[in-house]
Amino acid sequence: MTTGTLPTPSSTPVSTAQARLEMLTLINRAVAGAERPPLPPYPVSAPQSQAEVLHQFEDRILDYKAALTRVPASGAAQAVAAALGAVRRVVVPSGLPAAWLEGGSAEVVRDGPALTHAELDSIEAVLTGCAVAVSETGTLILDHGPDQGRRALSLIPDLHVCVVREDQLVQTVPQALARVAASVREGRPLTWISGGSATSDIELVRVEGVHGPRRLHVVLVGD
Amino acid sequence: MRANLRNVTGAIRAKRANVVGEMPHWEQLRDLGAALKDDTLADLPDRLLQLERSVQARGGQVHWARDAREARDLVALIAEQHAVTELIKVKSITSDEIELNLALEERGIHAVETDLAELIVQLSKDSPSHILVPAIHRNRAEIQELFNTELPGEGQLSDDPAALAGAARRYLRQKFLTTKMAVSGVNFAVAETGTVCVVESEGNGRMCVTLPEVLVSIMGIEKVLEKVEDLSVFMELLPRSSTAERMNPYNSFWTGVTPGDGPQEFHLILLDNGRTNVLADEFGRQTLRCIRCSACLNVCPVYERAGGHAYGSVYPGPIGAILTPQLLGMYDKNANTLPGASSLCGACYDVCPVKINIPQVLIYLRSEANVQKGLTAEALAMKGMKFVMAEGWRFEGALKLARVGQGPLVRGDAITSLPGLLGGWTQSRDLQPLPKEGFREWWKRRGQEPAAASGEADTSSESKERV
Repeated sequence: MTTGTLPTPSSTPVSTAQARLEMLTLINRAVAGAERPPLPPYPVSAPQSQAEVLHQFEDRILDYKAALTRVPASGAAQAVAAALGAVRRVVVPSGLPAAWLEGGSAEVVRDGPALTHAELDSIEAVLTGCAVAVSETGTLILDHGPDQGRRALSLIPDLHVCVVREDQLVQTVPQALARVAASVREGRPLTWISGGSATSDIELVRVEGVHGPRRLHVVLVGD
Repeated sequence: MRANLRNVTGAIRAKRANVVGEMPHWEQLRDLGAALKDDTLADLPDRLLQLERSVQARGGQVHWARDAREARDLVALIAEQHAVTELIKVKSITSDEIELNLALEERGIHAVETDLAELIVQLSKDSPSHILVPAIHRNRAEIQELFNTELPGEGQLSDDPAALAGAARRYLRQKFLTTKMAVSGVNFAVAETGTVCVVESEGNGRMCVTLPEVLVSIMGIEKVLEKVEDLSVFMELLPRSSTAERMNPYNSFWTGVTPGDGPQEFHLILLDNGRTNVLADEFGRQTLRCIRCSACLNVCPVYERAGGHAYGSVYPGPIGAILTPQLLGMYDKNANTLPGASSLCGACYDVCPVKINIPQVLIYLRSEANVQKGLTAEALAMKGMKFVMAEGWRFEGALKLARVGQGPLVRGDAITSLPGLLGGWTQSRDLQPLPKEGFREWWKRRGQEPAAASGEADTSSESKERV
């Protein structure tokens, strides 16, 4: 490629157009003749049975000191209510399945119209679904679809209750990424959550709960 | 400080070995990680242009910065456009590399560090000493004292890490909820989609990339990947190598601007600052595979004893010893000594998730440094040494001369101060004087005087001084 044919996008400020041209010229020169190595195949974990995957997921979530309740489909609302405990107000995304909320005692606040940051900060808990979950790493992946809401929702309240359906559970990270790749290509953000917020910055002692939700409760719902 | 370091690096080494051991195909994963990085670097011009197009297509803005100054100016300019006098930051070693905070301060913009360790470092007007745990050199008592004096309204805190983290939460929460602009680094960026990723633990990263109106992310040009699927390789490699966790608590991925969700103005700054130099060197290029996991620091015997500050560079440890001199150029006087700070034990290569052959690059850079230096006093001295040591009779003669020459330097039983350039050696250690009789002399005399009493002790001390 010659630098003379480079398009100059209109949004690039004039000051960086020169920098862009120069950097691309230098990079082109630097990698001239560099060969692209053959890519080895992605190594695959030995597949586990569904029961093993469920067990592994539970083990990992508890290892992160998060809570997990496993229920049949009919028990979702009851498990959510128990997870919310004495919470007075819970915020939910506008597309949350109504069946998850039946019979709870907490006041339900819907994020529509969008609440302000200060309003979110005054609400103790949030209830969301997820897009996919990974057993090997105990990770919940949100692609912020209608049952998960915008990112601030699952970030500001102190307790996050997340409902995971068993059919959303996969064993490995590459399997999970394959499931959400389409969302990323649509421009949707992803949030990966593995346990509650934590720090190990002071003498490498793990402290659960710094800025994000200090408590995470996973409700794993059967098919 | 050494005790802190030994505790922390030891603990994390053991944890890492555990979680890596859970992955039977770890070695193949490393191979794939290295190959993906090499593949992207070989195609870097196309990847960066693709990234630029993708980010712009999703409503983001892309800027190119040749050096640290240009990157700093861009951040300051964006802040000034929004009349911002205070912004929040996610831990970013790239922003340390370009000395962003100081430059912003000079223009009346205060950058608040929101990572707990970075906050500790910032409040104590210190500098980071570890890529992952920047305040690794501070213990809880020091942090307790710092927070008690620096965080308003907290009163007397205990030295419990949970209590200290709680104080940081209260202090920073209002900043997160109300600050208009944030600055972050970038762990990975996907050319195909324009997706940017920040990996973290505390949630301060999520706060910074979600709540403000304006977000500026600074990335070295080497952080780009080609496809969305490539992310999974690195999401498997990075946490296990870095925090020694199966996955770190939070990873955020976003693409340009998401309507109704997160910052509605997004800037991505592509930083060169010496990287094209590294790229141009076929052998040194592998350094740019680095994903800043810090596994090499935690296994390094030199790092464990010397600590991060001893490197005098933003990037400490083995990776710093090869990255810094290449970024700054081998003519930099501090940087070109860094490749010497290694025993070439190879532990860093073993743990590197993208298989950077750090020992080999070190050796390569040492030879580069020698070429740059030309004929120096050290090189002359080494040549002289070679001449003397090549023949036994010359060496023996030299020892006899030295024994006479050292006379005025010996104080008591030791040489505590050497003259001139050699003074550096005795600044923090004493030198044993040459013994009255050497091993060879004792050996020759042995027949005449059996059982020479002091023989053995003498030989051992003598052999030390020859080095």
